[in-house]
Amino acid sequence: MRAMIVKEFRQLRRDRRTLAMMIVMPVLLLVILGYAASFDVSEVPTVVAGPGAGAVARALPKPLRLAGTYPASSPAWATDQLRDQHAAVAIVTGGPRPLVLVDGSQLFAAQAAERALSGSRGGTAGVVTRVLYNPQLKTSDIMIPGLAGVILVFVGTVITSLGVVRERQAGTLEQLAVMPLRPADVFLGKIVPYFAVAVADLAIVLAVGVAVFGVPFRGSAAVFGLGALLFVFVTLGVGVLISSVSQTQGQAIQLAVMTMLPQILLSGLIFPLASIVAGVRWIAYLLPLTYFTQISRGVMLRAQPIGSLWPPFVYLALLGAAVTTLATWRFRAFLAPGEAK
Amino acid sequence: MSAGWGAAEISVAFGAVQALDRVSAGAWPGQVTAVVGGDGAGKTTLLRCVAGALAPAAGAVRRPGAARIGYLPPGGGVYDDLSVAENLAFRSAVYRAAGATAGEYLERTGLAAAAGRLAGQLSGGMRRKLGVIAAMLPGPELLILDEPTTGVDPVSRADLWWLIARAAAGGAAVLMSTTYLDEAARAAHVLVLDAGRALAAGTPDEIVASVPGTIAVAPRPPSDEDERRRAWRRAGTWRVWHPGPAAGPAAGTGATVTPDLQDAVCVAELRAELARAELARAGLEAAGA
Repeated sequence: MRAMIVKEFRQLRRDRRTLAMMIVMPVLLLVILGYAASFDVSEVPTVVAGPGAGAVARALPKPLRLAGTYPASSPAWATDQLRDQHAAVAIVTGGPRPLVLVDGSQLFAAQAAERALSGSRGGTAGVVTRVLYNPQLKTSDIMIPGLAGVILVFVGTVITSLGVVRERQAGTLEQLAVMPLRPADVFLGKIVPYFAVAVADLAIVLAVGVAVFGVPFRGSAAVFGLGALLFVFVTLGVGVLISSVSQTQGQAIQLAVMTMLPQILLSGLIFPLASIVAGVRWIAYLLPLTYFTQISRGVMLRAQPIGSLWPPFVYLALLGAAVTTLATWRFRAFLAPGEAK
Repeated sequence: MSAGWGAAEISVAFGAVQALDRVSAGAWPGQVTAVVGGDGAGKTTLLRCVAGALAPAAGAVRRPGAARIGYLPPGGGVYDDLSVAENLAFRSAVYRAAGATAGEYLERTGLAAAAGRLAGQLSGGMRRKLGVIAAMLPGPELLILDEPTTGVDPVSRADLWWLIARAAAGGAAVLMSTTYLDEAARAAHVLVLDAGRALAAGTPDEIVASVPGTIAVAPRPPSDEDERRRAWRRAGTWRVWHPGPAAGPAAGTGATVTPDLQDAVCVAELRAELARAELARAGLEAAGA
């Protein structure tokens, strides 16, 4: 047994990446989880519309925070504010009874708002409260649009990284390198099948989400499709990047998991972005799943139009351009006649 | 390197290890050039450079366009999770080759019955034959084969040599590495590599003729320490190389023999080893002085 233990330690010492993962990952996870793992909502952005908006705004109970006022008594304006994510609560005065609209797609903010309003002076008596987009505050309604993204990350990053590095391990990459193929041919030829599988996966996940879990799909399929395409594009690029810096499939999986974990924990899928400590939250804005979650929830639950969803689209496109440029550059180096080092 | 393909004075270093040191190798249409040498001699590195998979740090490589090169890399270059037929279909599609000849090759080498089997389920010899057939599919001007026959049974070796001869007869310049000197003797040109340096190059006859001194056969290993350093075992007897034309067989050794390629390569490697030992001794003496 001693010989076996010594052998394992020797192998482990040579596999520095695994060793680093075993030592660095727990610390990293603890720090990220410690700062990110919070369902507490310290602020609920609130808009007030109608006459006397100023007075209502001054009387907002904590954690409701005034995010804007509108002079006319317009439930339509208030609804748009929630749909476009400018606020989680909208109060409309000027009607027979005050109307409070709550964005159910921001589950924790909605729950915090309900608690705050019912606990405030006078409670909600005489107030009409409507929860929009997720009236029953179902967890599945907000999780499934984001989970679709997690599945795409899995297919796009993990499986793609394996597919490419397998060529290296099998020795067929060298064969590809001397064949009359352009790097772009190899790159696209490699990712198109995974792209097709990812799109099919997405369709299946959405169909199951809608049919089995009753998740609504209220918005435009075209807008959703465009967001999904951009997102898959980024995740496939990350997969190719990972494979180009990995020598073995084991290394590729380790790296892919390292990119998946922060996406699941920090993208706003589980913990609200606003609840994550600012020192860690910036990482969320570098992760593609953060933007896909915003797009999928926006389109599926709130029927958000592309006009108000452009920021996540732009960020995804920028991430896609950066990742693809890097991946193509690495892939070219991967296939070009190597300089002996 | 004239009129054919190959490398001229190429050098490659992997860190502190000089894998190739100003090595030249030629391959001519219709002929087979064999690169021989032991482990770490630089055979694979040389072939990778000529194929275009590795860029040498110095020297020049002359090769046709990628579409006219057939290459069998060390791993075999076939996909284990594709069938024989699928592997060949992929190669045909990439090279836009008709693939009509593949059927004949498969038939002749006994692979036709395994066309539907996954390459990963083939025996070592069958897998190697598939790799060579795949490399031959584009009808290459330059066919580069990295140890196509190593570890292969005699029947498969004969099949592989049929394929190699067929490629050469079709006009391809074949550059192959091998660890078998009997195979190298069948080539038109031979390059002997040792620790990244070319020890000898030419036709097998030229290499044999270039052996200096004489070679004697002995039934036992020589007792003289100096002779033992110049001896090697072959087919149950010992051979001792005596440098210089004046040196005759020493006591205890038998008749001189006419060397063949195997003897010539052994002598070339012995001379390189003795020269290295001499250099090391001189270095030690200089350090001690």
